Amino acid sequence: MAAVDTTKIDKQDLVWQIEHKSENCALCGKCVAACTFGAIKADVIRKREIISTDLTPNPKSVEKAIPVIKQVVTKSKNCVGCGMCAKVCENGAIKPVYNERHRMNVKYRANNAESPKRGGRTNLHTEGRTLDKIKVGRISQMTDPSLDAMRHTFELLAPFGRVMPPENLPLEVDSTGNLQLNKKIPTTRWIYPIIIGDMSIGALSPRLWEAVSIAVAYLNEVYHIPIRMCSGEGGVPEKLIRSKYIKYLIIQIASGHFGWNRIINSMPYMVDDPAGIMIKIGQGAKPGDGGLLLSKKVAPHIQEIRGVPKSDLLSPPNHQGLYSIEESVQKMFLSMNAAFKFRVPVSIKVAASTTSVSVYNNLLRDPYDIVGGFFLDGIAGGTGAAHEISLDHTGHPIVSRLRDCYLAAVHQGKQGQIPLWAAGGLGMKGTLAADAFKMICLGANGVFTGRLILQIAGCLGDDYGRCNACNTGLCPAGLTTQNPILMKRLDIDKAAQNIVNYFLATDIELKKLMAPIGNSSLPVGRSDALVTVDKNVAERLGIQHVC
Amino acid sequence: MCRIGAIKSNEYFHPSKTLELMRSQQKGHDNSGFAFVMQDLGGIFEPYKDLPLLSMACTDKGMRTAEDILHSIGFTRLYQWTPDINKTKEGLQISPMPNYVFEVFNYPKLYKYATKEEKEELLVDTRLKLRKALEEEDEGYIYSFWHDVLMLKEIGNPKDIGTYFGLHTPNKDFVSKIITVQCRQNTNYDIVRYAAHPFFLQGYTVLANGENTFYEKNKNFQKNLHKGYIGFESDSQCFLYTLHYVNKILKWPLKYYKHVITPLEYEEMITREDKEVLLRIKASLSHLEINGPNTIIGVTPDGTLFVTCDSKKLRPVVVGRDNKTVVITSEVTGINEVLPKRNTETDIYPNEREMVVVDNNLGIQRWQQ
Repeated sequence: MAAVDTTKIDKQDLVWQIEHKSENCALCGKCVAACTFGAIKADVIRKREIISTDLTPNPKSVEKAIPVIKQVVTKSKNCVGCGMCAKVCENGAIKPVYNERHRMNVKYRANNAESPKRGGRTNLHTEGRTLDKIKVGRISQMTDPSLDAMRHTFELLAPFGRVMPPENLPLEVDSTGNLQLNKKIPTTRWIYPIIIGDMSIGALSPRLWEAVSIAVAYLNEVYHIPIRMCSGEGGVPEKLIRSKYIKYLIIQIASGHFGWNRIINSMPYMVDDPAGIMIKIGQGAKPGDGGLLLSKKVAPHIQEIRGVPKSDLLSPPNHQGLYSIEESVQKMFLSMNAAFKFRVPVSIKVAASTTSVSVYNNLLRDPYDIVGGFFLDGIAGGTGAAHEISLDHTGHPIVSRLRDCYLAAVHQGKQGQIPLWAAGGLGMKGTLAADAFKMICLGANGVFTGRLILQIAGCLGDDYGRCNACNTGLCPAGLTTQNPILMKRLDIDKAAQNIVNYFLATDIELKKLMAPIGNSSLPVGRSDALVTVDKNVAERLGIQHVC
Repeated sequence: MCRIGAIKSNEYFHPSKTLELMRSQQKGHDNSGFAFVMQDLGGIFEPYKDLPLLSMACTDKGMRTAEDILHSIGFTRLYQWTPDINKTKEGLQISPMPNYVFEVFNYPKLYKYATKEEKEELLVDTRLKLRKALEEEDEGYIYSFWHDVLMLKEIGNPKDIGTYFGLHTPNKDFVSKIITVQCRQNTNYDIVRYAAHPFFLQGYTVLANGENTFYEKNKNFQKNLHKGYIGFESDSQCFLYTLHYVNKILKWPLKYYKHVITPLEYEEMITREDKEVLLRIKASLSHLEINGPNTIIGVTPDGTLFVTCDSKKLRPVVVGRDNKTVVITSEVTGINEVLPKRNTETDIYPNEREMVVVDNNLGIQRWQQ
């Protein structure tokens, strides 16, 4: 037998294997048309059959050509398991099957000399979710009355912007015995305790970005839920900058400064202030890495909005020119505050890290009162594109880090002065309200979520390796692609409606959690409301251990 | 639910009135304690209104410890009074301390020309020092060390405590114009004397009922704010510390206490002329917000008495009055005992957004938030 090249990638090495039942196949070709990855093709196999049609056995050999759907095996571009083929097949003739014994971690690197990249979240579930081990266990039973989630009024609002220490508020008593502010101080706004963010145009298709914007405007204008979204680092459509709806948008500036030329040029034409500014330092899903938009997704409209040529767009892992926390306050915070005449809160987003408490402590000493929010993003957050090695092996869980930051502020008597917002896998199981509520009890003023929004809008991926091809520009759901044909797969109105629906449900669920602990306003830092059966979690977070 | 009460009169009265007020509100098994604060003292204490009065319950050793500390600081005892204790009657439900000390002191000579603020600081520092020393040895409790204020807290059946201290029969010696009182101890924690309402700090008195569901938030914020914010044996101490912080430390008018503990809903706030101020207060003092269910009765150093409730009014309270006396208490049955002939049409049942404030002329104002 001739030598077989076992170093080559073959079907049994792949993460996803296509299972096709030709006997059920109607040969319609929809699956091939639907597969954006070119991972399957229509083919013919030669089949020899021994048949006997006479009354007595008279075997004959017959050669047949059987049409099949065949999996394409290449070095770098294979089935991602999105399941579009199965979705479009009316006969259930085809589906991707996860191959637990895949060897792509070895084969990909060995064959391509590069690090595999993908979108989504970390797919390594080496530990259970901490939030699932925590329950709301302090229920109002006779000591105080539970509230009625459907009848009582609740206030679900979180501060965004610098909160002055009470003794520094420039208040004086006037002749009528009323307090008056005698000096201008930076703005603090009150917004919904969940922010949608921060996914750029570029990472998302303009149609999905539009759907999210529509949903946010609708939730604000029709349901009076003051939710905000963050632009991500990819610029903002000029039409939106110049519209009144800019007030619902937190504009992000990251190390690539993408889109800021256009934003600055449009500032004189703004009819309202943006909801805020977010300086992005890092991202929980790929801490220490900068932004990554592969050139496949840098379509002409993305080049225009970001002001860049077609190429891989790599935001540096750090802001060039910033070498310390103090300097970031003096340079970036001051200049962004000054740009909007101190009317717009300026916040910062960092990846959770063992250093987070030091950073937060340092910002709390901000002498200019201009740090308007600390956004902390944990390891289980999502991304549009990252090296797998970063996604799966770098980062810090969010729960204990958020708690540490809160307690550090408590220790200094400065809790609440720089609002704390947490993210990183919140809503991973689909129940964002529960995750948000627990984080709030642990000290967060609010939370932010991104990946969940994609899932609401129709993402086919999951956190167990399915799809996660946001980086390729070939999103089968039309969410994270800039291909004009693929983009059309997304029904904007439907996606917007689903996002609105999800937040209406979340709003009710938050109230259903506040009511039994007897609170009508957010229980920030009320960790006495939480219990856990996990002793380590109890000890680490300082909540009651129960069994 | 704890029953709480306050009586303010333009004439001196004896604490027996408070027993009348509270006993009719007493329910079943909750007879775990009796505590009161007398302010604006008359009778035997009237000549010493400007001098610090020590209220303490302790062992003999505790008394020596306290006196040593006081003398070392330079305080000199001017007057001492001991309640006429009934030790003969058997079967009283009370866990008495060996000594109940009510002593008036002269300030140290060094403080002859000290300002009011300096003297007040000295009194707080001294009380904290005494408390620490007594706690370390488990030899007693110091309730207050302040001018024109007397406090007693005891564990047991209120009726029996009254018998033990001879409080059922009025006299003209042991009287004041304001008494705040509570007839049950906090049940969430161990029954300890410090956990009994009313709570007192630098002329401010507060008593409350109901669970403070934002206790942890309040406590975490308060413990760094002022040296006097200690103990937290009861979640209701937070209400006192917030009152003290807002009115004494921040020097904001009393009405802002309500804006701090139960901020208006945002939608309403932004329609008001003073929205800028209210929004700032809401943000900066969000950790002092309370979320019910509570009724809070308070007294400020100038003798103003007030009552307010949580923002959903989840606990009852009623204000009754005649031309000599105003009574605030949890249930109207108490007022019916003390002021049976009053015009009940003038009774006030405060709503969730108001503070009912009684000035020293017994004028009543209803401040809408």
